[in-house]
Amino acid sequence: MTSTLTPRTSIILLLLAAALVAAPMILPITGEFSGTDDVGSKAIEASHPGYVRWTQPFWEPPSKEIESTIFALEAAIGAGILGYVIGRRHGSRRRDDTDR
Amino acid sequence: MHIMEGFLPASHALGWTIVSAPFVVAGAVSLRRILRDRPEARLTLAAAGAFTFVLSALKLPSVTGSCSHPTGTGLGAIAFGPSVMALIGTIVLLFQALLLAHGGLTTLGANVFSMAIVGPWVGWAAWKAASAVGLPASVGVFLGAALADLSTYLVTSFELALAFPDPASGFFGAFVKFAGIFAVTQVPLAIAEGLLVIVVMNALIGRLPGRIDGTIAGVR
Repeated sequence: MTSTLTPRTSIILLLLAAALVAAPMILPITGEFSGTDDVGSKAIEASHPGYVRWTQPFWEPPSKEIESTIFALEAAIGAGILGYVIGRRHGSRRRDDTDR
Repeated sequence: MHIMEGFLPASHALGWTIVSAPFVVAGAVSLRRILRDRPEARLTLAAAGAFTFVLSALKLPSVTGSCSHPTGTGLGAIAFGPSVMALIGTIVLLFQALLLAHGGLTTLGANVFSMAIVGPWVGWAAWKAASAVGLPASVGVFLGAALADLSTYLVTSFELALAFPDPASGFFGAFVKFAGIFAVTQVPLAIAEGLLVIVVMNALIGRLPGRIDGTIAGVR
C-alpha cells in the first residue's frame, strides 16, 4: 500500500503547517515567547531555590546576534543537504520517466 | 526539550548517560549495517540527519506564549527504523551543546534519551501500528512524526520531575508542571511537524511509505 501526494496536496499541507506556526503570533496570546528550555530552567530555580547549578557550558555565544548566526548556520547546513538530496532524486526520477 | 548544562544533579546526569550510551553504540552499529547492506541509502540517511538539523534549529511560537523547537527525528525513524536515529540525534545535540550552549555535556545523556531514543522509537511504533491497522500511509507518517516530537517533550518533563519533584505535590505534581511548560507548548508544533514530514517524505522517496516490514523496502 503506497501512495503519492499531488503537488496540490503538498501545498495545502505546507500551508496548514505554516498556519499552525503563525497562529500564536496572530491570535491574542499573551506571553514573552521565550524558549521553553529557559522557562523550564526558571521553573526549577523557582521550586528548588537551593539547587546549585554545578556545571556551566564550556563556551557560550557572546551575544544573541552571534547565537542567531550559529542557529542560522545549523539550519542552512541541514536545508542545503536536504535540498540537494530532494533535487537529485527529483532529477533522477524525471530521467527514469523519459527513458521509459 | 534541552535540559540546560548543570540543571540535572550529578547522579541523574550520570544515570541518563549510562542508560543512553548503549543505544548510541547500537545506532552506530546500525548505521554501519545500513551503509554496508544498502550503500544507495546513504543519501536518504544524510537527508534524514539534515532534516533533524534544520528542525531542531527552528524555535517556533506556540499557543502557550512561549517558543519551542520540533525534533525532526520521526522522518528518519520511519525510513530507517529508530536505532540509527540515536546516533544522528546525538550528533545534533552535541552540535547545539558545544556551539550554542543549548543543552549541555552533563545533560547530554538525558537529552539523547528523550530526543534521540524515546522520540524515534515512539514515532516508529506509531507508524508501524498505523500501517498495521490499515490507516492510509499519509496518516501513518503524520502520526509517526508528530508523536516522535511530542513524546520527546513528555520524556523531558519526566526527567525533570524525577530530578526536581515538587516540594508539595511530589513527582506527579512536578510532572504536570513541566509537561505544562514543555508538552502543551509542543502540541501545535508536533502537528505542524507531522504535516511537514508527509510532504518531505513524499519529496524524498517519491511516494509515501506504507509497508509494515520495519523499514521501507527499496528506499534509496
